[in-house]
Amino acid sequence: MSELKINPRRKYLRPEKLPHFFCSGCGCGQVLNYYMQALEELDMDPRKMVHVAGVGCTARIPVYIKTDMFHGVHGRTLAWATGVKMMQPDTPVVIFAGDGDVASIGGNHLIHAARRNLDVTVVMVNNMNFAMTGGQVAPTTPEKARTMTTPYGSAEPRFDVCALAQAAGATHVERWTTTQPIQCKKAMERALTHKGFSLIEIVSQCPTHFGRYALKTGDPNAVIAWIKEHTYTDAQAKKMSPEEMEGKLRCGEYIRVEKPVYEGTNELM
Amino acid sequence: MPIVKASENRVKTGVHFMLGNYALVEGAISAGCNFFGGYPITPANEISERMSQRLPEVGGRFVQGEDELFSIFACTGASLAGGKVMTATASAGFNYMQEGLGYAYTIEAPLVIADVQRCRGENYASQADVYQMRYGASGDYEAIVVCPSSVQELYDYTIWAFNLAEEYRNPVIIMSETTIALMRERLDIPEASKIDLYNRNYTSLSPEEYMPFAAPEFGCPDAAPLGAGYQTIYSLNPHDEKGSIDWDPEVFDRLYKRVCGKVKENADKICRTERILMDDAEYALIAYGSEVRPAIEAAELARECGIKAGVLKLCNVWPVPEKAISEVSREVKGIFAVEMNMGKYVNEIARAAAGRCPVVPITKNLGLVHTGYEIFEDMKKGVK
Repeated sequence: MSELKINPRRKYLRPEKLPHFFCSGCGCGQVLNYYMQALEELDMDPRKMVHVAGVGCTARIPVYIKTDMFHGVHGRTLAWATGVKMMQPDTPVVIFAGDGDVASIGGNHLIHAARRNLDVTVVMVNNMNFAMTGGQVAPTTPEKARTMTTPYGSAEPRFDVCALAQAAGATHVERWTTTQPIQCKKAMERALTHKGFSLIEIVSQCPTHFGRYALKTGDPNAVIAWIKEHTYTDAQAKKMSPEEMEGKLRCGEYIRVEKPVYEGTNELM
Repeated sequence: MPIVKASENRVKTGVHFMLGNYALVEGAISAGCNFFGGYPITPANEISERMSQRLPEVGGRFVQGEDELFSIFACTGASLAGGKVMTATASAGFNYMQEGLGYAYTIEAPLVIADVQRCRGENYASQADVYQMRYGASGDYEAIVVCPSSVQELYDYTIWAFNLAEEYRNPVIIMSETTIALMRERLDIPEASKIDLYNRNYTSLSPEEYMPFAAPEFGCPDAAPLGAGYQTIYSLNPHDEKGSIDWDPEVFDRLYKRVCGKVKENADKICRTERILMDDAEYALIAYGSEVRPAIEAAELARECGIKAGVLKLCNVWPVPEKAISEVSREVKGIFAVEMNMGKYVNEIARAAAGRCPVVPITKNLGLVHTGYEIFEDMKKGVK
């Protein structure tokens, strides 16, 4: 008889919380998996860390992790995190938030935390819509895409959150997709060891809403294929014309520099 | 509840001639405040200005954030990370804080908010937000609101506010007003050894045994340090004693009965009032905040004219000091509820008086405090 194999990274999870509540085919489970791999690689104990999540599908990721965490208010993750960091500067703080949380309702907190170079890691899962509420348009929804609140297509250009964070002063920014597990894991490792503000955007498939409304398919594989077609790496970019890159998101490292981190006004006293 | 004395290096013992907003800051520093998150707004600016200077002096942290939402959530984060935290704002800014306040009530984060009330958009005196302090945030909770009436009380009640926040693990609001906030008067700061401070209870249990929201029926849970292995989920969603998100009706029932009950059932312990000229009074003026002093003047004027008037001063408005108001309603022929708004808290006073005597509002909503004479004139109309 073969022995039942337990995933070694299950030690990081709250057994009573499983199975998770993500839709089948959702990318949030993959992101959780990549994150646990990064923790294991760095030998970091989530019980000695603080995780912060707002509201949304992504905000559910740390609910499954054995850790102290804040949950349940939309968009305020970076404000909470600043308070924690001011009192416990040596405790690692990681934020899990969706594109709606970070770039829409929490946009103001994002640019100011990035500007201050607050020493935290933000993992932003970008599923290109407000998924938990049923698939409404988000600031990250591709132009002309159909959602539950853009039945005729979105009339707005979308945010490039990585470019926004970099412009605001973030010292470490990368974008990858759920189809790039090694890159995601390595990016998270770099973020967790980076002293300063890190934003890792992971473009993720939402077959339930974005897939069905914008792409007219509920098949996760089809959504993943669409994401692959609509993103490019720097290596791919070398063989692409500017027209071919139009409307697609760049994956890769945007910035990684060392700058003084924010510790309140006291340091100048 | 661990009670300690204030630290000497935080207390500026002596006699001062001080601005109200500064006195409030000194009260917070004496109480052990070590984090302040703020955003500019008049007439609360002197609070963050002085905090930005004083906190670094005593090893605390000051942050001016991007908006009031930042202030309240940064305070909540810092509080759960072990800080004794404060923010300050004024009426319009307090609107923005309701979201964070609702969260802090539910996850039982001790924090102190000073709301320096002003008239809509302007720097004039007002008590129009007395209900917002109680009912501003969505959801079920009980507010604790203290209302100083002088510069001295801005110092004293701020220490009281911190102690209440720590004892009940509840946000506490200091209801300040333009009047006292921007007034300079005498302030006596006692010796540090005379100031008792309460600090929240930390659990002695191991992470395996600890339940973050387990507490006696009308009590508050013991805290645990953050990032020390206790694995607590602080969620706005209904949560059971373990902190696990749970929409079971029984979990709802237990959680909200306790979160509200810890304040409601301890109201007599929390509430403070002062009786002035009340021993033989036939008429009572009930006032709070900066309306207290003109009310006392009005009672004195009335006594000069042969009307036996007294004052019941409310040191806190929420929870309602029902016992003291009810006692007064048994002793007098009539109650006058003095307020700087269109007549709000008079409803609470009438409810507590329960028809035992008439309750007449004396209101003024002109951006100006009542004079004693104005109150006396209004009062005369109601005296038979």
